[in-house]
Amino acid sequence: MNPFTYTKATDAADALRHGAAGGARYLGGGTNLVDLMRETIEKPDALIDVTGLSADIVETGDGGLLIGAAARNTAVAEHETVRTRYPVLARALVAGASPQIRNMATVGGNLLQRTRCPYFYDADGARCNKREPGTGCDAIDGFNRGHAILGASGACAATHPSDMAVALAALDATVHLRGADGTRSVPLTEFHTLPGDHPETETVLRPGELITAVELPPLPFAAHSAYRKVRDRASYAFALASVAAAVDVEDGTVRDVRLALGGVATKPWRASRAEEALRGQPATPESFRAAARAELEAARPLRDNAFKIDLTERIIVAVLSQLTGADQ
Amino acid sequence: MSVIVNGSPRELPDDPRVSLLDFLRERLGLPGTKKGCDQGACGACTVLLDGERVLSCLTLAVQADGRDVTTIEGLGTPGDQHPLQKAFIAHDGFQCGYCTPGQICSAVGLAAEAGRGVPSHVTGDLTSEDIALTREEIRERMSGNLCRCGAHNGIVDAITETYASAEATA
Repeated sequence: MNPFTYTKATDAADALRHGAAGGARYLGGGTNLVDLMRETIEKPDALIDVTGLSADIVETGDGGLLIGAAARNTAVAEHETVRTRYPVLARALVAGASPQIRNMATVGGNLLQRTRCPYFYDADGARCNKREPGTGCDAIDGFNRGHAILGASGACAATHPSDMAVALAALDATVHLRGADGTRSVPLTEFHTLPGDHPETETVLRPGELITAVELPPLPFAAHSAYRKVRDRASYAFALASVAAAVDVEDGTVRDVRLALGGVATKPWRASRAEEALRGQPATPESFRAAARAELEAARPLRDNAFKIDLTERIIVAVLSQLTGADQ
Repeated sequence: MSVIVNGSPRELPDDPRVSLLDFLRERLGLPGTKKGCDQGACGACTVLLDGERVLSCLTLAVQADGRDVTTIEGLGTPGDQHPLQKAFIAHDGFQCGYCTPGQICSAVGLAAEAGRGVPSHVTGDLTSEDIALTREEIRERMSGNLCRCGAHNGIVDAITETYASAEATA
């Protein structure tokens, strides 16, 4: 690990002051950043520990929920409002990582975790445009069973690994940011960027900018929501494919729906085309399948990951059928 | 900067690169906490930080400033074993023993989490505060602790005997 200085920020202004220096990085639970530093993939000169900043989870005036960026994943998953009004978020959180890691990991850090693409991690043996911009990508023509079928470019097909962010994408969450120029809010679905020609850039964060909170707007039918994750083992593994869904059905017709995908895309993937295809349709497995296909038309498989197209379609149909009782 | 380890105050290292794991083992002479993968995949380094189970390999020692760390040495001694340590022996919850301190610290954290209603991936009703520690719940909640000897059945038995109510084991 390269040498660095460590500072525990007392408040957001203090964090920004220290974080403005080039080479400084904000530190949450450290579950990903410390590992990457040990691999010398991340080499910050200074760590600004922001776990002492707001970890509060409070209801907003309009009936939504404001989650401080320093809230631990466990704290969010066990929060009564999350469990009862946004179950998709609680389910996504407990589907991710292990209990020890969920006790450490923060909401802000979860959004900024890096891909687990094995070529990204193989600093000594593989080319990676995300790790070393412009050097090439050994995954595109390599072993890419775990890689993205949506949102990839010729430069990068690494998936975004978060489960939590998939639920947040479905819930229309916004990310609250604070920088030298003041505060701003960005929709979660616009927070992460597609790789394009610059996979080393992963978010719209400006240099030194800090995530202070994530806000969930009120969404009454989110009380009826679910997260399903398919992985290579029963627990403690990243998703091959996952689906976050909330659906509002009246008299057998889909009045509204929220759908997002994980494990199959280069960023938390809001399935807007599927949602559009489904609104106003009968709540049947046939409609769900047609909606899934509308989204997955854009899928571009690599050598080893074409199975994710069928798998994702089946998960979408299964989750929506479960939520609407269409599987009965 | 200082930390309380098993009830005693200790000075933290000047170099922030030192992990909590290396600090415990190499600077404090507490080798009970084990280094398995050193990258957060195996759970052998699990300790309790302010009562919550965490991975000491991915925690910088300086992050524990002002906090309370409990290792296996703080849970029980050969002459005064923790109930879980007795149960692990009774149920053959180990073979080589390397993962055992992490398993036991993790299970202590598990009991606290389940006791306050933290849901898991296999919890059926998210709105219930009352978690029944079934074998399925224990297996899921211990999935961050690997045992390469394959003693998982004995481990689940030991945790069940120590923490599960009669209702959950029926």
